[in-house]
Amino acid sequence: MKKLEQLMDATALDRALSRIAHQILEKNPDLNTVGIVGLQTRGVFLAQRVAAKINEMERAHLVAGILDVTLYRDDYRKPFKQPKVQVTDIPFDIDDKNIVIVDDVLYTGRTVRAALDALMDFGRPKTIQLAALIDRGTRELPIRADFVGLKTTTKGDQEVALSVKEIDGEDSLWLVEVEKGR
Amino acid sequence: MALSIQHLLGLEGVAKEDINRILDTADSFYEVLQREIKVVPTLRGKTIVNLFYEPSTRTRLSFELAEKRLSGSPLNFSASTSSVQKGESLKDTVRNIAAMKIDMIVVRHGAAGVPYFLTRCTDAVIVNAGDGLHEHPTQSLLDMMTIRRHFGRLEGLKVAIVGDIWHSRVARSNAWGMTTMGMDVVLCGPPTFLPQHTESLPVRVTDDMDTAVEGVDVIMMLRVQFERQGTGLFPSIREYRQRYGLDKERLSRLPKEVIVMHPGPINRGIELASNVADCEQSVILDQVTNGVAVRMAVLYLLGGGESA
Repeated sequence: MKKLEQLMDATALDRALSRIAHQILEKNPDLNTVGIVGLQTRGVFLAQRVAAKINEMERAHLVAGILDVTLYRDDYRKPFKQPKVQVTDIPFDIDDKNIVIVDDVLYTGRTVRAALDALMDFGRPKTIQLAALIDRGTRELPIRADFVGLKTTTKGDQEVALSVKEIDGEDSLWLVEVEKGR
Repeated sequence: MALSIQHLLGLEGVAKEDINRILDTADSFYEVLQREIKVVPTLRGKTIVNLFYEPSTRTRLSFELAEKRLSGSPLNFSASTSSVQKGESLKDTVRNIAAMKIDMIVVRHGAAGVPYFLTRCTDAVIVNAGDGLHEHPTQSLLDMMTIRRHFGRLEGLKVAIVGDIWHSRVARSNAWGMTTMGMDVVLCGPPTFLPQHTESLPVRVTDDMDTAVEGVDVIMMLRVQFERQGTGLFPSIREYRQRYGLDKERLSRLPKEVIVMHPGPINRGIELASNVADCEQSVILDQVTNGVAVRMAVLYLLGGGESA
């Protein structure tokens, strides 16, 4: 993995999350109807930060839920590709709520598809909205984000690599090049 | 990261990392079982045959439930109502079932080694649900899951397995699995119930129950398997109960933190007093709950890929 260009540093990342928090509020003025759910792994931390920002602005008490979509993925059948099943913990009733899914990278849309199916098994939300820190294009499914931190288009062997301080020690987003034949 | 094994035939020789991975995954599935909708779509389109040549309540229902909760398609076979009664051989039965394009076989059979034999008859993934006096790996995995959820660890804990060791595939699987995980295992039973070559197992063996339960964290009582033995292995049920049964009085001499396990079905009043089976220190029903989660984990981890 070769680092090509830093797309966001800690400050930019924080500002993007602040903007997303404001936009969520703007679209959902009644916080009693809002539920925030982060997708494993890094989406969880982003969701917690967005929830904390909203709580600070509005003196609210949102708790971010955690959703692991591993069991709903469509690439399970590929030989020996079972990813680790992680924790799901949604500590609120999602029925009739406006649920905001928070994920780090929006790419093919397949993770979000899995998340939609998983959420539907937990209840019947009024709406489901999507917040992504980065939208790198190249969708394979008809899915779009409602709130986006940064939009970019990656090509060929490029990917984006997000580090969050909770598990990686620092906040940063890089455009990287992955080796061919991986 | 998949398991390093392709089939689950037994726990002998299975690496610590694999067991940890199964138990970690089982913990995640335990959470799925607490949801209102306890079904996930992971094994959709996979057909799993439950090939049971011996009677079973818990194991068969537990596997079937695990398969259904992963959205797999279970197909149940029991020898007593099949062409086995017309004399069809095991190999022919399996080859015919495999010809119907199935993905996995969960097998229980009275003869040791049948699961291994099946791996040579078909390409399907084989999961051993008990073979003769050999192994019953998913039972041991659910036992370890139950202990780990209770104590938060396995390493360094001491477990006494008491009763009909000779006829117990559960004891054998636990002897292998638990020692791999760094537990101290003591097997205890009357000399007629102890296997002949215990030196090949990585455990200690005694015929005195008080010695066996000294300093233990877990007591696992085994069922006296009346259906598997001739007569004369012990003088009387009364004497067995006195020397090797677990009653309130014996349990009260041990610390309150000790937990009591039993793979079921229980002979109440023989190896286990009724009020012990239902007491607060008993985790017997937790074992049953965890059994579904552990089997989901095994099916999930083995069922994902075609052969490497």
